[in-house]
Amino acid sequence: MEAVFNSTIIIGILTAAIRLATPYIFASIGEAFAQTSGVVNLGVDGIMLVGAFIAFYIQLQTGNLLFAVLGAMGAGILMGLLMSLISVTLRAEQGISGIGLYMFGFGLSSLMFKKLVGTVQHVDGFKPLHIPFLADIPYLGEIFFQQSLPVYGAFLLIPISWFILDKTTWGLKIKAVGQNPAAADSLGVNVDVVRYFSVTFGSMLAGIAGASLSLAMVNLFQENLTAGLGFIAVALVYFGGWRPVGIMAGALLFSTVNAFQLFMQVLGVNLPSDVANMLPYLITIVALVAVTSKVRSPAALNKPFDRAEN
Amino acid sequence: MKTPEMKEKELTGKPPISWDQVLVQISLPILAMILALLISGILLVFLDVEPIEAYKSIFTGAFGEKAGIIQSLVKATPLLLVGLGITIAFRASVINIGGEGQIILGALGATSWALYFREWPSWLLVPTTLIASFITGAFWGFIPGFLKAKFKVNEILSTVMLNAIALQLMNLLVRGPLMDPEGITSGMFLAQSEKLPTTAWLPRLVPQSLLNAGAIIAVVLAILVYIFLWRTTIGFRIRAVGLNPHASRYAGINVPFYQALSLTLAGGFAGVAGAVEVMGVHHRLLEGITGGYGFSGIVAALFGGLHPVGLIPASYLFGSLLVGADKMQRATQVPSALIQVLLGLVVLFVVGSSYLSKKISLKSIFRNKKKEIEVQ
Repeated sequence: MEAVFNSTIIIGILTAAIRLATPYIFASIGEAFAQTSGVVNLGVDGIMLVGAFIAFYIQLQTGNLLFAVLGAMGAGILMGLLMSLISVTLRAEQGISGIGLYMFGFGLSSLMFKKLVGTVQHVDGFKPLHIPFLADIPYLGEIFFQQSLPVYGAFLLIPISWFILDKTTWGLKIKAVGQNPAAADSLGVNVDVVRYFSVTFGSMLAGIAGASLSLAMVNLFQENLTAGLGFIAVALVYFGGWRPVGIMAGALLFSTVNAFQLFMQVLGVNLPSDVANMLPYLITIVALVAVTSKVRSPAALNKPFDRAEN
Repeated sequence: MKTPEMKEKELTGKPPISWDQVLVQISLPILAMILALLISGILLVFLDVEPIEAYKSIFTGAFGEKAGIIQSLVKATPLLLVGLGITIAFRASVINIGGEGQIILGALGATSWALYFREWPSWLLVPTTLIASFITGAFWGFIPGFLKAKFKVNEILSTVMLNAIALQLMNLLVRGPLMDPEGITSGMFLAQSEKLPTTAWLPRLVPQSLLNAGAIIAVVLAILVYIFLWRTTIGFRIRAVGLNPHASRYAGINVPFYQALSLTLAGGFAGVAGAVEVMGVHHRLLEGITGGYGFSGIVAALFGGLHPVGLIPASYLFGSLLVGADKMQRATQVPSALIQVLLGLVVLFVVGSSYLSKKISLKSIFRNKKKEIEVQ
């Protein structure tokens, strides 16, 4: 048991937990924007898959990480516009259109991967970036300040998105549209425009989440790389009560579970890998049971808005 | 989306057939399919593939020869079964994404039952195995149904999570207690179960093909589901809950109960689909048993207008698309993942068009009103 309490292993797990929280945070914060405006985007996993592939492929071809991330963002924006067209303009049942978007993204990423790449290949991803002085703090430096750029970006996104949602006019409009679109409309807020923006901005973040997965976590692409991570990210929004800090807490919970999975053998935990793989999904269900009745969702969540009917 | 008049008529159980409405209902999915083909075609051009060639290859693969048509029926069978469950759930406005997991549980149930009671005669073993698969699949649908009814847990998220859990469960069992003993003695350790006793096989309908009695079972169940949804009180309540949960609550219908029931039934039908794959096609449980039918079944159900009568041709159509895509992959090296792209786009455009169909039907109502006024 001594090995379990070895400080190297504890630091290893915590470092991995911070790193692995990145895709969850990007995807969940993006979903929080969409949901705060009243649109559930269940296609996050599909957007992440396309973003992950595009970023991977651009990096493979050009070796330019900036272009890779921009490509993933572009893919996210396009898919967000598609989702908005179907769910906002055409007022589709959001649960189903999101699944359609997921299937589309899943298929498209597999199609492109098989046609353009074919076999699993590694690429050079983001390198760890030591933050001067802070990286030298014992223990904490290694855990927090020797991570790669997307990791810092994800954690910076928490205060930024809190500021946008809580302190700016745009944030207020997004919330108003998600709470009472008819009232917002009567005050001159263009409900459709705000929802288009929120869904598309959120999808762009989902694209980045995908890129962070393929270029900062595993440095490769394979079919169904996300393995449902995008759906867990949607659940995290409920778990976090639509607040960025709550979402970060949820993301860290899941990333810690993932980190434990990585270190299971080192820790000598004798759990079949199939059972270990079930854990995040089981925890998601338990978490949903625990929080669903306690949090208040945006009142107009999942409800298309039609001016003609109000 | 339906107008209040239509809702009322549907609730009274005597839907008068309005032919222009039927025309809209049929033509919109077809338009959605054409649009999906167009957009996939554009994507194919970007991937340096001739879209016309790819589509031609799908079409000839699916409809060009007898073997393709029979194989399409084989693939249509699980689509129809899963689609029936999806139809019941969606009619209660419960979105069941858990088809994959429910198929797995049904397949696990069928395999375990048939192997455990392998001494039983065929006339007893086949029906009880099917029932076992219905129950295990229904159990996997009951969990999200119960969580939704009791704790208001979003069923889309819980069913997605249960899919992942079921997959791991199958991996665990098929590499453990259910693993083929022959594979262990020969040292192959394939992730598959022992072969079922022949007494548990569903009879093959066409020699030298995989088409089996499961197809007949599926069609019979489709008719039963139609009767259930439109001719029984429980079915009426399920549809009422879906059309207007608030009104149903005021009418004294226990909304959460009927939503949970519809999810449980949906799981049962998907479970039977898993059993048919095991008992009729592969004769054992192996990895990839779901064939993605849990998702493509959703597409078939939506395309079929969430109605058993529409679902039968829709299942055949998507079954043949899946067969055609496999043929295309072999003939032209275009990955069959293309079909997933198409399925996703079809879902998007079909749900997107429901708003348009509402607009169109409103327009025709206004037109009729105008006529009435003119007559006066």
